[in-house]
Amino acid sequence: MGVLDLKQSLVGHKGRVWNVCWHPSGEWLASCGGDKAIRIWTHDKSKWVIKTILTEGHTRTIREVSWSPCGNYIASASFDATVAIWDQKTVQFECNTTLEGHENEVKSVSWSISGQLLATCSRDKSVWVWETHDEEYECAAVINAHTQDVKKVRWHPTKDILASASYDDTVKIFKEDTASSDWLCVSTLESHTSTVWSLSFDSTGDRLVTCSDDKTLKIWQQYEPGNDRGIATPDDEPVWKCVCTLSGFHSRTIYDVDWCKKTGLIVSACGDDIIRIFQEDSDSDKHQPTFNLVCSMDNAHTQDVNCTQWNPAITGVIASASDDGTIKIWQYTD
Amino acid sequence: MSKLLENPNPKIYPKLEEKLGTDEKSENVARNPDVYDARSIFELLRNITDPEHPLTLEQLNVVEQSLIEVNNENNEINVQFTPTIPHCSMATLIGLSIRTQLLRTIPAKFKVSVTITPGTHVAETAVNKQLADKERVAAALENKYLLTVIEQCLESTVAEDSDPEKDDDCQTCES
Repeated sequence: MGVLDLKQSLVGHKGRVWNVCWHPSGEWLASCGGDKAIRIWTHDKSKWVIKTILTEGHTRTIREVSWSPCGNYIASASFDATVAIWDQKTVQFECNTTLEGHENEVKSVSWSISGQLLATCSRDKSVWVWETHDEEYECAAVINAHTQDVKKVRWHPTKDILASASYDDTVKIFKEDTASSDWLCVSTLESHTSTVWSLSFDSTGDRLVTCSDDKTLKIWQQYEPGNDRGIATPDDEPVWKCVCTLSGFHSRTIYDVDWCKKTGLIVSACGDDIIRIFQEDSDSDKHQPTFNLVCSMDNAHTQDVNCTQWNPAITGVIASASDDGTIKIWQYTD
Repeated sequence: MSKLLENPNPKIYPKLEEKLGTDEKSENVARNPDVYDARSIFELLRNITDPEHPLTLEQLNVVEQSLIEVNNENNEINVQFTPTIPHCSMATLIGLSIRTQLLRTIPAKFKVSVTITPGTHVAETAVNKQLADKERVAAALENKYLLTVIEQCLESTVAEDSDPEKDDDCQTCES
């Protein structure tokens, strides 16, 4: 079993903290929540301290924040139906662009690896893809593939492929059709029996982990056309199959999951206040993988854990956010 | 809301005092304000006003003490409520009022679930899923119109609530 050590509790938000996001360098952390503020924390010797507080960008809850891959921009998704883009041209972060179009609450925002595409999703059931050129943002697609509230959007780690998770219990995969330049749903991942709250690709982008209100985590494997397993790919598009279900580990809704690109460890955030870490067996077959629970941190927070994310640069460091109003920084060791 | 009442002539049930003859407070609650039981939760909910009628959820038998479960060890509270008619369009709103009242009065460590009594509503699964989705509940409570309606339903509970500690809790979660 591994050990999760609490390094620090970051206090400052008033009320629920919905989300945290690491800067690509791993040196900064952005957080947001019900107090309509974004807080940016920085590493000062051994301690995390508040660097700046961004207010007046949104009139309602900020549900999610996301750093661009270059680290120069923050996108924030709000219940006020807008997405704000913040940059640091001067000393301070400033909101210079607001993306409007969704009919109601924006639930999630994500940058593609190139930084040239931005995806947003909303309770209005749609997923929007935005193209960015020289800080101009243009809507490239409005995708109405889900039948309910869309909870999360995440880009593939290397390609312009987008995944979304929804209240309609499914995950969908989208990509641009090169001929028509339309964004199309190329795959629907069905297996969860309730809301899919979040998802995360592994480092290769060939696998996904999803988490749900049905209290399970699921691992999905992509099978390309012509795969040696003989898995049929009807539309000449890759097919995603659920190859593993981790059930019986979580006692309430799982709100977030993150697959570490450095170590391959999976961390989950649960409504039972517990942070859990899973590791794939060393002799695991990728078509039928097995994962073990290697750490379970009881009372990680005093209320629901809403978000967990591995630091992209510093191995084993996790940030978590909770309804209890705190953000916690953890160090995981085998 | 439509002007026509969906259920113009609901059955009215006697209040708890009328059934028991006295207004005995639960002993647990008297000893320790952080320990709850079905009775003390019922006390918090019984005087919520129905969105349609000038009657309480207790009088309409929407909430009943026997359909409330409290597990103090696991910090779990489960409340089942029974819509007055199986196609009641107010079911989500009533559930939301119950949820809001508990959010404001019960310590945050408790995991509260509010569901429809099985078999008593045509859209039971959909309403339950919505009430269990804390993100949608949070968004709903930021909706000014909806919040006004909920406040009206809860007004009578605030007036009758004489426990000062609970008033404190209420302020904490609103500030």
